Amino acid sequence: MAFDTATATAWIIRCADEVRAAEARLTALDAAIGDGDHGANLARGLAAAVSSLTDKAPDTPGGVLVAAGRGLVAKTGGASGPLYGSGLRKAGKALGDETDADAAQLGEALHAMQTGIQELGGAAEGDKTMIDALAPAVAAFREAAPDGLAQAARAAAEAAEAGVAATVPLQARKGRASYLGERSIGHEDPGAASTAIILRALAEVTA
Amino acid sequence: MSVGIVLVSHSPALAGATAEMAGSLAGSDVTIAPAGGTDDGEFGTSIELIRAAIATADNGDGVCVLMDMGSSVLTAKTLLGELEDEDDAPRVQLADAPFTEGAVAAAVLAATGQDLDAVTRAAQDAWTMRKL
Repeated sequence: MAFDTATATAWIIRCADEVRAAEARLTALDAAIGDGDHGANLARGLAAAVSSLTDKAPDTPGGVLVAAGRGLVAKTGGASGPLYGSGLRKAGKALGDETDADAAQLGEALHAMQTGIQELGGAAEGDKTMIDALAPAVAAFREAAPDGLAQAARAAAEAAEAGVAATVPLQARKGRASYLGERSIGHEDPGAASTAIILRALAEVTA
Repeated sequence: MSVGIVLVSHSPALAGATAEMAGSLAGSDVTIAPAGGTDDGEFGTSIELIRAAIATADNGDGVCVLMDMGSSVLTAKTLLGELEDEDDAPRVQLADAPFTEGAVAAAVLAATGQDLDAVTRAAQDAWTMRKL
């Protein structure tokens, strides 16, 4: 299968559904070391992303990701909005006018997303952020890309979930949690957790 | 004419009160526009409120934007990227500055008619002003 307009749209809708279902869990994770709004913010931003797709109905997968990114930036209200929103726009731009992206092309787009998020937020792997889930996921996706989209997306979701678990012993070096110093150790990072949901959603719509 | 100033905070009240205080210390020749909270008045950040505040603050000499932290910074940086892609966008600089002290320093300098580079630099130099 290819990553086409319908699949891209299904991904964003699945992200919105899954984040809404996990809203309480994300908010609880964020309440432990953040300001307790990650679940609600991201659910609101993704709802806006879905509306922007129904309003405009882009005709390429890249167009879908750019429009969804714009919705996230406009309505999320927290740091996850500009981060995921800019990242999705970078991914969409990387896909260009392609109508049926293959796994290798989507791998490059996801890499552009990761680079965009890191340029904006300045986080590196090990800082206890969404990058700790996204970076291994993008690496796993690109490595498995020759096996096809479904395999690559599944590998990415698994790597992201392992990345989330690996944030627990880390001390936060970015965002509000970094003020807590050593007290941020022992908690799962909520940004990494939502990244894993987003990549699991990709695996589900490409399976 | 003078450089305009935009204050981006998670809190509508904090952005508004800081703008009021910096304005009272700088005099009336500077436009200081607050962009606080989300577009429905909650704590958070709104890219559209920041965009509107920049339009309000711009008198043609550019706009210096100060942010409190976190999503304020990320959203302002995202907007700056968007403005770079637009024709006829106002000239905007983000100041890496302490919020209150930077706002006052920027407003005082802007009131003297200094240019955007000087106003941004004044905001950033506020880090070095010790209190004790």
